[in-house]
Amino acid sequence: MKQQVLVLYLATSALDAEVVGWSRYDGTGRTEPTAGDGDEPPYETGVEALRDGWRLFQASQLIPPYPGHEYDTSFMKHEFFFEKMS
Amino acid sequence: MRTTLLTSAQVAGFVAAGYLRLDGIVPDELNDQAIDVLEAGIPRPAYGTPVAQAYPEGSFARRLIELPAVAGALHSLVGPDPTVDHHAVHVREPRNGHAQPLHADAIIDTRMDAFDVQLMYYPREVTADMGGTLVVPGSHLRRINESDTGRYQNLRGQTRLTCPAGTVMLLHHGIWHGGRRNDSDVRRYMFKIRFNPTVPQVRLWDTSDLDDPAVAAELGRRFPWYEQATGRLEVHNRVRMWRALTNDPSFDIEYWTTRVNNRPGRVA
Repeated sequence: MKQQVLVLYLATSALDAEVVGWSRYDGTGRTEPTAGDGDEPPYETGVEALRDGWRLFQASQLIPPYPGHEYDTSFMKHEFFFEKMS
Repeated sequence: MRTTLLTSAQVAGFVAAGYLRLDGIVPDELNDQAIDVLEAGIPRPAYGTPVAQAYPEGSFARRLIELPAVAGALHSLVGPDPTVDHHAVHVREPRNGHAQPLHADAIIDTRMDAFDVQLMYYPREVTADMGGTLVVPGSHLRRINESDTGRYQNLRGQTRLTCPAGTVMLLHHGIWHGGRRNDSDVRRYMFKIRFNPTVPQVRLWDTSDLDDPAVAAELGRRFPWYEQATGRLEVHNRVRMWRALTNDPSFDIEYWTTRVNNRPGRVA
């Protein structure tokens, strides 16, 4: 049993929000996903991935901005990790 | 030397997207010489060398950046007499399956009222299977450090550059990008020069269209990968940058920046 990991970046902190970014890491070695290898996301929303059998195991915490840094932008905020075993 | 300055709408587009793309503007005569020149190597100047010293008159690099369209765009963004930060020749071999992780160059750079410009020149056509450069429009104002973004493989609206020979891109120093893998049988070439401004980057372009609604339209653009809430902050940050570039502290979009700076009865 080896782990496949799917990371979805969503438009809001809700799991049924639209996918705006994605990454895949394949522990089976059958595929080698890499940067910039696709234009269309594998799913339209996070829930769609659940319906396809991916198991959610981590979502980003909601952390308030540090005082004085309310307008700073940095990493993608709404990151969700999924796995499949195969 | 004749130049072609950018319009306000074009500079606003650069402020929003973080890059300007000039497709096929380098003449074949230069493109035909490029591979031999890049293969031979261009002597690397010390950091901060004035252009005229870095690249002697008549040299390949000098002729490239003195093309009217390139010179005009560079003047509009970094002003007269920029210095050469550094340059590099990037060659991606055929069937090279390794992609660079998504990254920003140099170290984290928090400047909002100044920026460096990176010129990327593609002497040959770049086709889809050659990979090309991955660029994430509108990522340049995000404060990340170099390859800390390496976890991100794909973002909606990313640009996977395919272009005709002789294409030049001018990029804000902070933009997220990466060299994609080359799945073709052809070597891929790119020549990069980073420029540092030596003057305040204020109204350096053709400002005759400064009040054109196209300016605000460009600055208010959302990109498909933006999260809903953070996308507003991107526009807010562009307003701050545009205020700096135009020296106009009253400029705004949707009243957002004015509203959150309002302190009735207090002395600024």
